[in-house]
Amino acid sequence: MTGAELSSIALAPLIAALMIAATPIMLAAIGELVVEKSGVLNLGVEGMMITGAVCGFVFAVQTSNPYLAMLGAAAGAAVLALVFALLTQVLMANQVASGLALTLFGLGLSALIGQGYVGIQPPRTPKLDIPVLSDLPFLGRAVFSHDYMVYLSLALVGAVWYFLKYTRAGLILRAVGENHDAAHALGYRVRRVRILAIAFGGACAGLGGAYLSLIRVPQWTEGMTAGAGWIALALVVFASWRPWRVVLGAYLFGGILVLQLTLQVVGVRIPVEYLAMSPYLITILVLVIMSSGRARASLAAPGSLNRPFFASG
Amino acid sequence: MSDQPLLSLKGLTKAYPGVVANDDVSFDIRPREVHALLGENGAGKSTLVKMIYGLVRPDSGIMAWNGQPYAPDNPATARQTGVGMVFQHFSLFDALDVAENIALGMDDPPPRRQLSRSIREVSQDYGLPLDPGRLVGELSAGERQRVEIVRCLLQNPRLLIMDEPTSVLTPQEVDILFATLRKLRDEGTAILYISHKLEEIRALCDTATVLRQGQKVATCDPRQKSARELAEMMVGKTLHQPERDTSASDDIVLEMRNLTLRSAHLFGTTLKDVSFALRRGEVLGIGGVAGNGQDELLAALSGEARSKRDALRMLGEPVGHLGPNARRAMGLLAAPEERLGHAAAPDMSLTENALLTAAWRQKLVRNGFVNWPRAQGFAEAVITRFDVRTPGPHVVARALSGGNLQKFVIGREISQEPEVLVVNQPTWGVDASAAAAIRQALLDLTARGGAVVLISQDLDEIMEIADRFAALNEGRLGTPRPTRGLTMEEIGLMLGGAGDMEVAHAQA
Repeated sequence: MTGAELSSIALAPLIAALMIAATPIMLAAIGELVVEKSGVLNLGVEGMMITGAVCGFVFAVQTSNPYLAMLGAAAGAAVLALVFALLTQVLMANQVASGLALTLFGLGLSALIGQGYVGIQPPRTPKLDIPVLSDLPFLGRAVFSHDYMVYLSLALVGAVWYFLKYTRAGLILRAVGENHDAAHALGYRVRRVRILAIAFGGACAGLGGAYLSLIRVPQWTEGMTAGAGWIALALVVFASWRPWRVVLGAYLFGGILVLQLTLQVVGVRIPVEYLAMSPYLITILVLVIMSSGRARASLAAPGSLNRPFFASG
Repeated sequence: MSDQPLLSLKGLTKAYPGVVANDDVSFDIRPREVHALLGENGAGKSTLVKMIYGLVRPDSGIMAWNGQPYAPDNPATARQTGVGMVFQHFSLFDALDVAENIALGMDDPPPRRQLSRSIREVSQDYGLPLDPGRLVGELSAGERQRVEIVRCLLQNPRLLIMDEPTSVLTPQEVDILFATLRKLRDEGTAILYISHKLEEIRALCDTATVLRQGQKVATCDPRQKSARELAEMMVGKTLHQPERDTSASDDIVLEMRNLTLRSAHLFGTTLKDVSFALRRGEVLGIGGVAGNGQDELLAALSGEARSKRDALRMLGEPVGHLGPNARRAMGLLAAPEERLGHAAAPDMSLTENALLTAAWRQKLVRNGFVNWPRAQGFAEAVITRFDVRTPGPHVVARALSGGNLQKFVIGREISQEPEVLVVNQPTWGVDASAAAAIRQALLDLTARGGAVVLISQDLDEIMEIADRFAALNEGRLGTPRPTRGLTMEEIGLMLGGAGDMEVAHAQA
């Protein structure tokens, strides 16, 4: 591509679009990160996201309150996540199979719930007008004139980071994910910790989904998450289970999503499919590097991830 | 010693489906006493201490702590009462640092900085230096155990339970541990010490309670008994000493020449210029501390790791380039150390597991089809001949206890009448009578003209049944020497002298 083509892309709106594109996957990914840190692999992120999207939409239309709608979305997706928790933690079903089933179930359920809501406009979520900051030249437009969810998602990442690193509950969660037998031997409730983590992950995925249906798009269409849940899953691995890298990865993957649209507009001759593939390609690369033992440890994959826990004795 | 027991157990009983783990067990632990709990695998030691530590509730029976009723329903209650436990399989988290690991074992840990300071202080006081900031995954086995001990000590326990603490330690580390335990005892802590290393118990403990099949056999003073008497109390019968009646010929069946092989494993040991010759009818013992190339040597012999054609010769034929099945066909069989997942597929039945290595020599497969009746017959024969305790050959390997599965795995190979059998740690984790049976079976094989390569970290075992001994050290194999007349000192030197080497039971 030439310099002239690039310079025709205005940077400030691009960054603004990037932050908005990154928010849903960041929300879903930070939730999944907590789930995986507790040693559970929930592949149902896509299904929980779309359930959150439709629940949020229904709540928004019924209550006309965009804030209540977000809570509804979180609750709806958390309930779906608890189905997964019931299957994997109580009935000891296989996590991978249950997660995939959850995605398929969520896609179908959301289509059913959303039947009467196609083509309706949800109440608008206002953009924040932060004094001074929003009026900054460039930065004001790029970074400081978004809706509250953009900032909330960043705050959530910070909170998760603090929780995991500095609190005792966070330490117990990491311990459960690292070695559930040892945690059990010390008297920690492995199952309870995991069920709570799964519910939290569901709520976060629900928020991410509702962000799509209420703010980014904003409309309800069937299957509207279009793979965002899978990107969020890939993002957790890409971030090697570290919260701040989730932000980095979300902006990178979000940037790719935005860029592929922008590049089409300005007529760059790279097939967009390559860009659409790239988050997954990057994740596959990370996974390949990870599969060697030493790198696995250095990437800090939770030791008990995806291993079923049977309490003994 | 005072008369009031610190902890008294009365009639403790715990049954699991199909097995009574503890049957009416009663004994007292007094303050300032190192009390040994002795028994074979499966005698019920672990269940008993789990009840004391609140991990398992007894079906019946009571416990009293300083005369007060004591019935912990979780480990936190037990810790508050004053019971600390150091686990056999470390209950540590590799990816967390020392201070985090210790905080997880405490009910109300102080803030990080203060905790780090007390870790340093306590660990220095007891001669167990520890750096609170290091990742546990990077520590040696001895250092990991220190983490567990310090974690207990920070809570000032009145009773410290130690489950097989020395099985992973070097002799130097054992000495340090014993000094620490004696110091603790002198300060007033009672210690419940679980082990099956009898000499250790006689050196350290004041009282011993012996369990057999869930029942208490006796409480005695271990210093008044010989190791043999204690062993017989544990086993309940006179121990059968394997009989050796071998006359190794000069006929060489297997020869390894200058084999150098990189390990397939990331943290493995490279075999360097290994040579030896194995004669018909002999047992060649290969000793050494774990991680010096034992697994790699087994892989090179079994065919899992291939080498140059001429590096390994079997009956004069080059076999270095052949895979396991081709080697099996020629009569070179192997039984690796890891029973579940390497020697046996955990979720497959014993019949299927028998088929996996015996298909060729026992003709269990014809024209690509499995002859199931024949395979089952072979599995049943192994079960009967080696006294494997299991309902039948349809049971999955995972369901067998470690000792029983080991008997099955070794028996499966011996029943194929190999020319050469390579075994790695054949009696690891197996109770005394089963171990004796396995050793006898190996000797019987040599009497019938087979030859055995015995890789083991148990020097007593090697001295008992091997004709020659060679030391494996950092991937290099020393020159084999006849075991007859070899002293433990000489073996220690062969293993690389003092240093950090584990001279297994030699120090006892």
